[in-house]
Amino acid sequence: MIPNEPQITPALVAEHGLTPDEYERFRALIGRAPSFTELGIVSAMWNEHCSYKSSKVHLRRLPTEAPWVIQGPGENAGVIDIGDGLACVFKMESHNHPTFIEPYQGAATGVGGILRDVFTMGARPIACLNFLRFGSPEHPKTRRLVAGVVAGIGGYGNSFGVPTVGGSVGFHSRYDGNILVNAMAVGIAEKDKIFYAKATGVGRPVVYLGSKTGRDGIHGATMASAEFGEDSEEKRPTVQVGDPFSEKLLLEACLEIMREGCVIAIQDMGAAGLTCSAVEMGAKGDLGVSLDLDRVPTREEAMTAYEMMLSESQERMLMVLRPEKEKEAEAIFRKWGLDFAVVGETTRAKRFVVRHRGDVMADLPIKELGDEAPVYERKFAEPKKRPPLDPASVPCPVPLFAALEQLVGSPDLCSKRWVWEQYDHLILGNTVQRPGGDAAVVRVGEGPKALALTTDVTPRYCEADPFEGGKQAVAEAWRNLTAVGARPLAVTDNLNFGNPERPEIMGEFVHCVRGIAEACKALDFPVVSGNVSLYNETNGRAILPTPTIGGVGLIDDLALTATLAFKAKGEAILLVGETRGMLGQSAFLATVLNREDGAPPPVDLASEKRNGDFVRSLIAGGLTTAVHDLSDGGLLVAIAEMAIASGIGASLEAAPGFPAHAFWFGEDQARYLLTAAPVDFPKIEARAAEVGVQLRHLGITGGDRLTLAGETPILVSSLQARHESWLPDYMGGAA
Amino acid sequence: MKSAVIVFPGINRERDMARALSLVSGREPEMVWHAATALPAGIDLVVLPGGFSYGDYLRCGAIAARAPIMDAVRAHAGKGALVLGICNGFQILCEAGLLPGVLMRNTRLKFICKEVHLRVERSDTPFTRGYNAGDVVRMPVAHGEGNYIADEATIARLEGEGRVLFRYVAPDGSLDPEFNFNGATHAMAGIVNEGGNVMGLMPHPENHVDPAIGPTDGRGLFAGLMEHGSRAA
Repeated sequence: MIPNEPQITPALVAEHGLTPDEYERFRALIGRAPSFTELGIVSAMWNEHCSYKSSKVHLRRLPTEAPWVIQGPGENAGVIDIGDGLACVFKMESHNHPTFIEPYQGAATGVGGILRDVFTMGARPIACLNFLRFGSPEHPKTRRLVAGVVAGIGGYGNSFGVPTVGGSVGFHSRYDGNILVNAMAVGIAEKDKIFYAKATGVGRPVVYLGSKTGRDGIHGATMASAEFGEDSEEKRPTVQVGDPFSEKLLLEACLEIMREGCVIAIQDMGAAGLTCSAVEMGAKGDLGVSLDLDRVPTREEAMTAYEMMLSESQERMLMVLRPEKEKEAEAIFRKWGLDFAVVGETTRAKRFVVRHRGDVMADLPIKELGDEAPVYERKFAEPKKRPPLDPASVPCPVPLFAALEQLVGSPDLCSKRWVWEQYDHLILGNTVQRPGGDAAVVRVGEGPKALALTTDVTPRYCEADPFEGGKQAVAEAWRNLTAVGARPLAVTDNLNFGNPERPEIMGEFVHCVRGIAEACKALDFPVVSGNVSLYNETNGRAILPTPTIGGVGLIDDLALTATLAFKAKGEAILLVGETRGMLGQSAFLATVLNREDGAPPPVDLASEKRNGDFVRSLIAGGLTTAVHDLSDGGLLVAIAEMAIASGIGASLEAAPGFPAHAFWFGEDQARYLLTAAPVDFPKIEARAAEVGVQLRHLGITGGDRLTLAGETPILVSSLQARHESWLPDYMGGAA
Repeated sequence: MKSAVIVFPGINRERDMARALSLVSGREPEMVWHAATALPAGIDLVVLPGGFSYGDYLRCGAIAARAPIMDAVRAHAGKGALVLGICNGFQILCEAGLLPGVLMRNTRLKFICKEVHLRVERSDTPFTRGYNAGDVVRMPVAHGEGNYIADEATIARLEGEGRVLFRYVAPDGSLDPEFNFNGATHAMAGIVNEGGNVMGLMPHPENHVDPAIGPTDGRGLFAGLMEHGSRAA
């Protein structure tokens, strides 16, 4: 080995995020002390982000199979069959740590990374979504972070040319020190032309494609595997810099060489760049890989092997090509102005060998680098159950409509137009339902099929009851897809938690995963891809447990979908599902009473399925004129949203036998609101009775205001003003 | 009518444009690579589509304006034949000197994607014959740099010669600074050259052509061009 390399000391090992035990395990595995480059490589492979060492044993609970699943977790993205010879390829991934440090580039490269995961598999991206959580609006950093993240997501996606069609934005003081950026990308490929990471054949050229390698992002994945302290801002150099222009070229070039049949295996260089991609391609194919770093295109001088192996420079791919097609592939890449270099080959010996300037810098067993990564059964604490909240014990200090105004103008429930108008949500010309509805709807090709897409989780539920919260996140995604008329098909999950070495955090994780597993099984909604982001914690203060669910559903005919806006006056407003007035952990409690207590609403998965299937059948039968899922804020907020989206008011019937605020603001699950022509009401009623679904007539659409006995009527236009103004007013204060 | 869509690296609405042209004309356009030095034979309409040519890293459209194919586009325009630049295409036409003025950062400094209302200022041009003068049409915008600016003399000429074809207006068709969302001089959204054969337009008519997706007000522009083409032929 190279004599002038840094000595491996316990301090250096610790700096690489390895525990003494992990280091010893590695030493034993290779039978000698590692070189500096090897230490870098193992730190990249064995960190939490790449190895899933804390989460692996629990993730096995998740259902991952269904007749329509083509590829489950373990590849760059999940793949499902959507008929007509087409497949939908999708995944969600977090970029939380880098984005907190450098919001624009962190968010931008989060989008870039997830897009690469999708087109690496041969799919053309057709949509992006983003689930974002920021600290309290009062926190001095929040404004700047919102501005930077939104600009970064837009800056990358708009230039790359994919519509950003949906997502979620929320605020909570528990994200003050660790914001969340979960980016989801969705693509379409021909079902029999999916590309995988598994290399085949000995002596095949390993080819480096895309942008040049620089010193950016070194140790990015390691940084994302530790909590923040006071020095987090100093980690800025570990954040990568995005170049959407190169990514767009890379997309076109990759799809072109795939079309020409040049590609055997392909892996994008994401976390831990060249290291992870090369090891994965070899290990999956039971082959060794030997790399010659002198051939790697670099954009900085005198880069060391260590730096090249750990760089997270963006917009790069590694491929194994058919040798006879190498020239053809090179010509295509040159046409697009991208780098193309043969940097190594596959070998029979299952070793990962890295050469640089005539020296062997690393020589490691390739399978063991991945397979022998430590797996932990971390201790976890049983979450404390919170007692359900008796609605009668919760006061309502203001008139219902005053509370409604507060809610629709609150940071979490207000319109996010200020955000999504900065995203090109119309490019490609297939956006059927734009941001702002229950789920985005994007046409597939020339139709009539379309995909429904959503991202959901209610973190305050997850904190109060991780198991029910996990279930609820899945149920909510399933419901949002159902509400636009889609058949929910599969899920990508992005599990964001604090430090797993703390039993109470691990307890949140384990129970959320169990809840997700139970709901996914009951709803036939398998998990096909995902990402775990732990250590979202600063100075011992963790984020709310936030297992984000990205859902994909299929619409057979986009003429038969539903939207949430009222369509005409004089229509019946109907409530599907049972209302018991669950105010625990509700938006009403948080916004109007400034309290976060009680148990979250329980999720009855049988009711979810029954009620959802009922609503979907009504939409398919053309019996509904508008449909809206009930979630944060409950009934009255949902009605207000339907009114605001249309400009049409409603007169509502009082609910006898309930504390009124529990009825109108309770967040009971498995519920939908719909409108129908009065002539169709009896038909819907009969169908509901047939399948045992609770249905309640709530009122009639019409006029320009909401009216309810005992309340001063409120103009839809004034609700709209409240709904639309909070975010622009807040951001108006941005520097 | 035969059309060609020029593909610069980083352009991303070329497929949207090709689809709109095919839908309205029933004929697929030729996709022409930026490195080509000649247009295919018999092209009537050249379209520079939207996107981020060369990442817009220097100045929007500045590098594309110097691409090899631009000499052929210039020659095409010089013959009085039709050239349409949408969004980044408009910026490229300005950088190439085929249209006067420049598109600056939106006054609110942000990229904006939304549907806007445009007033058609005259209908006696190849680009607007599918509409009536005074029509208010809806089209989406998606840009960060659409604030049209030129020196006073140029603005006076554009106005005096009736070369402003589309303006950002309120839904009722009136000029209202609140609806001139990017701050363009005199709310200009689309202008033509002296010869009336080269138009730059910031909004995206190509995204509003399909009833399955939404409004179809963009069709008029393409339908008008096709009608013009068939008359001329």
